[in-house]
This record gives sequence, C-alpha cells and structure tokens, in this order.
Amino acid sequence: MSDTTIGLPPYARGLGIEIDHIEHGMPVLGVEFSDRIQGRPSFLHGGALSGLMEMAAIAALQAELDRRGDAVRLKPINIAVEFMRGGTQQRTFAVGRVTRAGRRLACVSAEAWQDNRDKPIATALMNILLSPVGGPASEPAE
Amino acid sequence: MTDQSTAPESRTPITAGVQFDPSIASKMLTRFGHGGWLGMRYHAHGDDWVELALPWREDLVGIPGSGVLASGPIISLMDNATSMAVWTLRGPFTPQVTVDLRVDYMRAATPGKTVIGRGECYKLTRSIAFVRGIAHDGDINDPVAHVAGTFMVLEAAAG
Repeated sequence: MSDTTIGLPPYARGLGIEIDHIEHGMPVLGVEFSDRIQGRPSFLHGGALSGLMEMAAIAALQAELDRRGDAVRLKPINIAVEFMRGGTQQRTFAVGRVTRAGRRLACVSAEAWQDNRDKPIATALMNILLSPVGGPASEPAE
Repeated sequence: MTDQSTAPESRTPITAGVQFDPSIASKMLTRFGHGGWLGMRYHAHGDDWVELALPWREDLVGIPGSGVLASGPIISLMDNATSMAVWTLRGPFTPQVTVDLRVDYMRAATPGKTVIGRGECYKLTRSIAFVRGIAHDGDINDPVAHVAGTFMVLEAAAG
C-alpha cells in the first residue's frame, strides 16, 4: 500500500486531503467530509474547497514539470474560484489540468465534484510563476 | 437541491433575522468547522468591514520546512472576513453562499507572523453582495494578498 499523501503539504494532510488515484498522469485528490472542512452547517467551506482545488492544480503542474524534467519552484500569482453548487456531506474530488506551462508562467485550471463527475461543484483558474530552483527565495511575482 | 428551510439547523450558530454583531458571532463561527480548525479569531470591525486574525501554525505551512503559510488558509480567512463584512453591513443575519472569489498573492506571508484578513463589503443589493479585502501580516500597506468576490443570499432567505 503506497502512501497516498506523498508530495502533499502539511496543510493538505491536515484537512484529510489524499491522492485518490491517477488519471491520465494527473493526480485526482479526494477528501472526506469532516468538521474541519465545514462552513455553514452541513456544507463544505468555500475556502477549504478552494484549497483542495489549489492543491489539485499545483499537483497537476508538478506532475507535468516532473515529466519534462524541469526543476523549478512554483509561486502562485493568483486564483479565481467559481462556486456552482453547495458541497454536501460526502467525499469530494478535485483534479487539475495544465492549460499551458511555459518557461516562466503556467496557467492551470482545476475542477471539484462529488457524486457526479458531470456536475462540478466548483472550478478554479490559477496563474503560477515558475522560477529556477536556487533563485532568490523572496523574489516577488513580478 | 436541498431545501434550505429544512436543512439541519441543530448546529446553526446564528439565527436568521437576528442583528449581526461580528465580535459576538465570530466567537461561534471561528470555534467550529473549518474556521475553528484553522484557528481564526475576531480582530476588529466597522460598519462595512471585519478583520479576522489567523495565527501562524506549523501545520498550515504549504511547503514543508519553508515556514510559509499555504495559500489555502489565506483564501479561507478572506472568505470568512468578507462574508462577515456583508452580514455586518446588511444588519439582520441572512444566510448566503460564495459565488466567486479571486485572490492575488502579492508575497508569501512571513513565517511565524499572524495574518490579518480585512474584508469589506462595498456594494449591497437585495440578492448580491460585492466584496474586496486585503490580507497582511502587520502592515496593511505591504499586503500578502488582495481579494475580490461576490456572495448571493440563499433563495429561501431572499423571498
């Protein structure tokens, strides 16, 4: 049995986020409903859901960069989240899709769903700055 | 679609229609659920704004060993601060949902420092609330993040 949290940050593991399975080379993340990710009573918190999609987007980009053999550090520039449906008390999934990963900038989308893959509960779009490993740690997202 | 009027209300911390006071409400809203797990607490408020604080914690770090908070907790902080700003401006508590939220990350939050999330509601209509906000770790003129978003009043409460 392999560790399903490899590569996920402490924050993700704290929320119970794990790698559910790999689909077309992209990690599909899953998280069980719990009080830790609850917002208004009985519903998923929008911030926790955003965090899940952000993790899925970053994991997808990392998988793509690993395939290319690029060693770069990722710096999120921004994220735009649309909430389509209230997340209810069941398992939630999210997967990212790399729209474009250039030399310095990557554009990645992510989608979250519950029991019906065709009815996403939220989508996210992220721009991520890529900087070479070994560069200045506090370089601003210019 | 869940009928909101019959949704389980046993854990509802605030009753619909009751005047919203962020300094009192946040004691409940930040004790349970996601806000409680993150360790959010009330900081300050005005007529149309609310400030919440998110103390630094090792297990909220994004990249292990970096000490830098993940951006997920910043989104959650700003989601809560902006939604509470809406309730504060609206007056009577009205259940609402987040329609969209955009976060621009100016810089990484300083390891070990508490992040303050200031949410403001700059326009209120019958159904929609427009919000913006700033997250900083001590100096609001050197922000960690900017946010913009909208909330919608739940149908059952809008009628």
